[in-house]
Amino acid sequence: MLKMVVCIKQVPMVSDLPWDPATGALQRDLAEGMMNPACRSALEAALRIREAQGGEIAALTMGPPMAEEVLREAIALGADRGVLLTDRKMAGADTSVTSCILARAIERTCPGFDLVLCGFATSDSETAQVGPQLAEELGIPGVASVDSFEVTGRAVRMRRISDDFLETLEMDLPGLITVTADADSQRHVPMGGLQRAFAEADIAVLDAEALGLPPEKVGVGGSATRILNVYSPAAAKKNLVLTGTPKRIVERLLAQFDDRIGGAIGRDLKKGP
Amino acid sequence: MRGKGEMSEKRRAIWVFGDYRNYFQNRVTLQLLSRARDLAEKIAGEVCAVVFGHWTEEWVDDALSQNPTFCGVVDEYIAHGADRVYLTDHPRLAAYSIETYALLLERLARRERPEIILIGATAFGREFAPRVAKRLGTGLTADCVGLDINPEGLLVQTAPSFGGNLLAEIVTPERRPQMATVRPGIFQEIPHDNARKGEVVRVPLPEGIPGERVRLLGSERVSQRGRKLEDANVVVCGGRGMGSRKKFAKLFELAELLGGEVGATRPVVYADWAEHDALVGQAGKQIRPQILLSFGISGAIQHTAACNGARFVIAVNKNPNAIMMKRADVAIVADASQLCTALIQELKRRIR
Repeated sequence: MLKMVVCIKQVPMVSDLPWDPATGALQRDLAEGMMNPACRSALEAALRIREAQGGEIAALTMGPPMAEEVLREAIALGADRGVLLTDRKMAGADTSVTSCILARAIERTCPGFDLVLCGFATSDSETAQVGPQLAEELGIPGVASVDSFEVTGRAVRMRRISDDFLETLEMDLPGLITVTADADSQRHVPMGGLQRAFAEADIAVLDAEALGLPPEKVGVGGSATRILNVYSPAAAKKNLVLTGTPKRIVERLLAQFDDRIGGAIGRDLKKGP
Repeated sequence: MRGKGEMSEKRRAIWVFGDYRNYFQNRVTLQLLSRARDLAEKIAGEVCAVVFGHWTEEWVDDALSQNPTFCGVVDEYIAHGADRVYLTDHPRLAAYSIETYALLLERLARRERPEIILIGATAFGREFAPRVAKRLGTGLTADCVGLDINPEGLLVQTAPSFGGNLLAEIVTPERRPQMATVRPGIFQEIPHDNARKGEVVRVPLPEGIPGERVRLLGSERVSQRGRKLEDANVVVCGGRGMGSRKKFAKLFELAELLGGEVGATRPVVYADWAEHDALVGQAGKQIRPQILLSFGISGAIQHTAACNGARFVIAVNKNPNAIMMKRADVAIVADASQLCTALIQELKRRIR
């Protein structure tokens, strides 16, 4: 029986994201959360495998207490149990620290796992780094951005498009796969599913101490990178206004920005003799 | 990883990983070498390329060598800015392998202790770089749209999040090397210069490298029709201000001249001036081009939120107060269709 672990992140619902137009700052605490689309696809992939060949699915998430919502949703959709990794000290963790926390949690709560499934990237930080780094932490092979895969025995065969190459790959288990977001054919929560998920769900909650991780290493203090400044590019734009006849405007545009435009298109746009 | 009591006779090195497959489509290595030269000047450093692969006569006959100035990947990197190229050439490395390349780069970096490692944010790079950073115990900033050196001598890595709606300036204060992946098209390569000289350091394949746990069974070149708009470096977007279906069609000509893709707003797609797969917006695609030309678009939030990843925005509209105009780098007050025609004419004159 295949033991699967699905890592899920709760991300802010972008369309509702409240932006402060003056400062360009994001009022994160006002935004509602949702399951990251690519993580949703990872869960879907796990559910399909279980339908085809049986298995057990544990859903893991790291975040503030409200992240428990995505575990409930995962269970309502069919996951067997959830694990919530939450601790104020985890705030500000970079991808490397995050992968460390997830790895220790998987080792502790899902011993003997066969397959870890993650979304390729999240809609908020978009680094696509946690999957590969988690594979390194767990000491298992991993393949990112997979479009489709099948498990046969102790190996997984996968297909993906990578830099204009359609690749077919094979990986030994235990292993990790990150999955591209795919909106098609995703199931919906069955009737009564959510209710049950809130009434009866098996959700374990672990903090840094429970994971055996030193508190000063799990958040911003343990992260190698530091954010100096965050700003909205729209708010920072200089806004040069051009008026006149179309011909004259175009000449002025190219006179001032030929390098910028030329650089982006890979051509020399200087005016000829 | 931190140097301990090492004599700093050795110049600080900025490494660029040589991502050479798909050379014609993607010149990111050359672009990074160019930026590395700018950065090197600020830290009195040197620029090195790192290449793993296997060169045979087959490679020479490959599409790569149809470039008239081609002289081998190694010489190419020197001609485009590298002072040194570390090269591991072995049959085992004929195809890219995340596991093996990560091991090789880790070992080389531990031995040579570069200050900075830059890797192109290709699909390979985005999977490769985090593994290397993890192995070296250092930080990594993904998909940078800007790199600079600050007064303290640190690499400032500018990276987007939320589809480009936010930019963050990030540093790696203590761990080394400082690592970043950078999207293709952000920086411009230095022209090929045959007079440039550089050193080639042959690095032998280490003994005892474990077998691959991920095996490539097959690889076929395909063009990614699916993500052309999302991955486009230049996007020409049109709205109802273009006037008519016929006038809107001119945007395709402009896009082709610029090597870009055409995007459209919802009203335009509904009016059938463009296909649904051109829709740029909440219900459509999110774009993050280097240059966005926005023609006759007022700027509804559903559309603008999907364009905020654009680095440089040129908006054209009769109405100077349209939202798209207020948020552009260059706001052109003119009839969108007429401006499009004038731009096409002038570009045709200049593009050689």
